[in-house]
Amino acid sequence: MIWNETKECMPRGDLEELQGKRLHKQVDRIYHNVEFYRKKMQETGVEPGDIQTVEDIKKLPFTTYEDLKDNYPYGLLAVPRQEIVRVQASSGTTGKPKVLCYTRRDIDIWSECVARAMSMAGVTRDDIIQVGYGYGLFTGGLGAHYGAENLGAMVIPMSTGNTKKLIDMMIDCEVTAIACTPSYLLHVAEALEEQGLVGKIKLKYAICGAEPWTDEMRAQIERRLHIKAYDIYGLTEIMGPGVACDCRYHKGLHIYEDHFLPEIIDPDTLEQKPHGELGELCITTLTKEGMPLLRYRTRDLTSLEYGQCECGRTMARIQRFRGRSDDMLVIRGVNVFPSQVEHALLTVAGTTPNYFITVDRINNNDTFDVAIEVEERFFSDEVRKLEKLRADVEDAIHQTVGIKAKVKLVEPNALPHSEGKTKHVEDKRKLN
Amino acid sequence: MLIKQLSVFLENRPGTLDEALKILKEAGINMKALSLADTSEFGVMRIIADNPDDAKQAMKKAGYTSIVNEVISVELKHEVGYLAGIVEKISKAGVNIEYMYAAPSEDSAARMIIKTDDAARAESAISG
Repeated sequence: MIWNETKECMPRGDLEELQGKRLHKQVDRIYHNVEFYRKKMQETGVEPGDIQTVEDIKKLPFTTYEDLKDNYPYGLLAVPRQEIVRVQASSGTTGKPKVLCYTRRDIDIWSECVARAMSMAGVTRDDIIQVGYGYGLFTGGLGAHYGAENLGAMVIPMSTGNTKKLIDMMIDCEVTAIACTPSYLLHVAEALEEQGLVGKIKLKYAICGAEPWTDEMRAQIERRLHIKAYDIYGLTEIMGPGVACDCRYHKGLHIYEDHFLPEIIDPDTLEQKPHGELGELCITTLTKEGMPLLRYRTRDLTSLEYGQCECGRTMARIQRFRGRSDDMLVIRGVNVFPSQVEHALLTVAGTTPNYFITVDRINNNDTFDVAIEVEERFFSDEVRKLEKLRADVEDAIHQTVGIKAKVKLVEPNALPHSEGKTKHVEDKRKLN
Repeated sequence: MLIKQLSVFLENRPGTLDEALKILKEAGINMKALSLADTSEFGVMRIIADNPDDAKQAMKKAGYTSIVNEVISVELKHEVGYLAGIVEKISKAGVNIEYMYAAPSEDSAARMIIKTDDAARAESAISG
């Protein structure tokens, strides 16, 4: 089912006209309300009047996550603080999180986009959906929740951490849809199989996101649970989940272009790339009030397909993600930067010892191992003190990153040392 | 008596001890006592030797993390309750014992190497 046919199936010409109008209005508002952008535009001599069509977007400045960090927490607000009704956050590259602010209308549009995505997967008001994303600062839980409620489905806000209860309620409440990370859903599938309960569930659809996954994982989910699984994409900076979602033809993720204007750029030259070419995805929020962003560099490498989809939708489709243009890792659905681990080590050890992060996926669960070389400064002849050091580092990483790492102390020179930019990460998962 | 002890960080896997001991052998270090503390992933090798600072240099050159610090060496008599008496004195002084291990002695039955959280106080409690 198509939730908003007028918008989702708009002819390209009409859509571009709408985008142009919204872009002009947005830039005008941003220019007059956000000093950061006004200064950037003044530096290049661009005025709101210069921005009339989608083509004009090339004249606008980019936004990076460093800009969000530098303007933490309210620097990029385009409305008075009183207009903000919600804050969500995602982990920043160091200690401070990236904080994003929403007005009531922003929340409404977010719910609309998630409702579109869930409709795309087949969810209707007749469905009972479990939201298995974390509720809190992370956008997954509340984002999926509001979208499903907007759709009129019955929502069970499971959050994360209790698979047994999730399975019990899935069976007892006759749950028909679930929103969670794909790796967690595979974990649930495993638990259901072990207990011989797959035949007892009424599940039909899964809307999975918050981490990269493969066609192989989708096939596994669909085969093992006898359901249909859909990919939902989003990022906190832009809104949260529901920026894009794939339809039953699985030919890419439809991005809701009436709200999010996508571009593909060359991450080195920052030049816009022609349609269909691979590059970094940039998104401009066309309707966001609270904290609108111009040409936000997502760091996700992909391409866009503009032709109309077999499903009837005209919204451009984000193709397979080919990795990142930075060193961010997505572990158990959480964004992790090696610099965060460095920051955590710094707080415990005083300086950063040589370290190495290994990420793998074992039995569908992401592993996150951090090895640190034991230097003389924090070495002790007492095992108790070394165990405490290890535990302190684990706590610091947990606090900074938001997920638990397994920390191991190793001998000096046990880890790769290289000239210049030392390689600190190995991602053994084959996701791209 | 306060003496110097060398402690070396080792990973808990086959061959690490072999390699570490070879380095000491090649440096001509004669060991008088050795104790290994282990966890599932790493261990700490503690050594009493004639020249702990030379031993540390040899280990450092080979890329190992090590430290030299002071521990208490107590000569033991072959008597029932002798060690208990020493431990009681340390305990009454309010000093915590981190670890201890036995070592051979040239003068008596044996000696005990004791690491506490306050070596000076423990030492005066024992001799006083």
